[in-house]
Amino acid sequence: MSNIPAELRYAKSHEWIRLEDDGTAYVGISEHAQEAMGDLVYVELPDVGAVVASSDETGVVESVKAASDIYAPVSGEIIAVNEALSDSPELVNQDCYGDGWLYQIKLSDKAELEDLLGAEDYAAQLEEDA
Amino acid sequence: MGHRTPLYDAHLAAGGKMVDFGGWDMPINYGSQIEEHHQVRRCAGMFDVSHMTVVDVAGAGAREYLRHLLANDVDRIEQGRALYSGMLNPQGGVVDDLIVYRREHDYRLVVNCGTREKDLAWMEKQAAGFDVAIAEQPALAMIAIQGPTALQLAKPFLPDADALLALKPFYFVESGDWLLARTGYTGEDGAEIILPGDQAVALWEKLSAAGVAVCGLGARDTLRLEAGMNLYGNDMDESITPLEAGMGWTLVFNDRDFIGRAALEAQQIKGHQVLVGLVMEEKGVLRAHQKVFTANGEGEITSGTFSPTLGLSVALARLPAGSRGDAEVEIRNKRLPVKIVRPPFVRNGKQVFKIL
Repeated sequence: MSNIPAELRYAKSHEWIRLEDDGTAYVGISEHAQEAMGDLVYVELPDVGAVVASSDETGVVESVKAASDIYAPVSGEIIAVNEALSDSPELVNQDCYGDGWLYQIKLSDKAELEDLLGAEDYAAQLEEDA
Repeated sequence: MGHRTPLYDAHLAAGGKMVDFGGWDMPINYGSQIEEHHQVRRCAGMFDVSHMTVVDVAGAGAREYLRHLLANDVDRIEQGRALYSGMLNPQGGVVDDLIVYRREHDYRLVVNCGTREKDLAWMEKQAAGFDVAIAEQPALAMIAIQGPTALQLAKPFLPDADALLALKPFYFVESGDWLLARTGYTGEDGAEIILPGDQAVALWEKLSAAGVAVCGLGARDTLRLEAGMNLYGNDMDESITPLEAGMGWTLVFNDRDFIGRAALEAQQIKGHQVLVGLVMEEKGVLRAHQKVFTANGEGEITSGTFSPTLGLSVALARLPAGSRGDAEVEIRNKRLPVKIVRPPFVRNGKQVFKIL
């Protein structure tokens, strides 16, 4: 069973989101997702300043074997991207919930977090998919 | 549940991530595909390739049969040598690519597992009128040991190792039930060992204990692509001729009439697309089926990957004849510049491609 931190919310498409005290949030991909992808070799991130709606495409992660779109788990403005991934995409494999975060978003509607899955529900989805 | 090789339990014990591969449960990697790739380029790795289909062709008519069946000519090799060839349909399309080993009393063919049934059916069909016996050898296992230190590490566990190490590429020795060949699919030194399935686990475990890294089919694919070697189903199939697949060097037009010959000769006169290499320095990964735009027209990538050895993306692509210089590849609606090169990209751990 892969690691699914209880304090995060999850999209069905395997992104996680972590709300900070200042109303911004970090977004990344789950351990299940990075394991399924294998060694990442390239991460394409959205432009800082871009305004996105939930479920919009906000980049691509590419592993040796495949490319996979990243979708915005919530609506908002991209306020930062993880520049370290440009040279070190493997950070996502090594620490997907920490140094391997993808981008930071300023939420336009915090209520959207309720539409996402809690850790238990996400775990249940993985069980179902397996 | 798919077919299992004798090494299935060993793969699970080593943490192999198992996937379906042509109906077989095979390890795609044991943790990190890139790390396994580097092991083969820098030291030694091994692959379970027991899923591949081994077929022995015997009988008084075996030589004439294979000279008819294969586009390369088995008369080019003497006993103890191996030959790479396409097996073509009358249109010149590739039914499969294979290696044929010329043994003392017969020929041994190793064909792809994904094409096993149609290959065997095709071979049987073409055997009409020839005095041959075609026998699949499902009880055999096959282990590829590849990398600059692979043979030295493996030496203590192989019969007739001194003879094997003295051989040039594409030669082999036999020792009892074992066939040990200086062949491979990585562009590195090494050997492929065909042995009885019930002896495979013992060899695998000894090699692993000696420091030969276990490697999955993921690394096998990036290694073969860096080495500029074709993958059946990606780079060629029944609708593609060897001339269009960079396999012109395997064609021998001599006194015999092999299947597909007339179509190939017509295509040589008419002209055809060619398989070349692409190298991209931009960030991103070249993938199969991406469109390629050249000064001579459009083409398509047939195999693409990130190259762990070179740190950039490489691909094989089918392009209009004469394509050279710069081209563009469409990735997610953006066109990115690539260079057209002559494969292989990597041999013996070093960058070797030539810009065309």
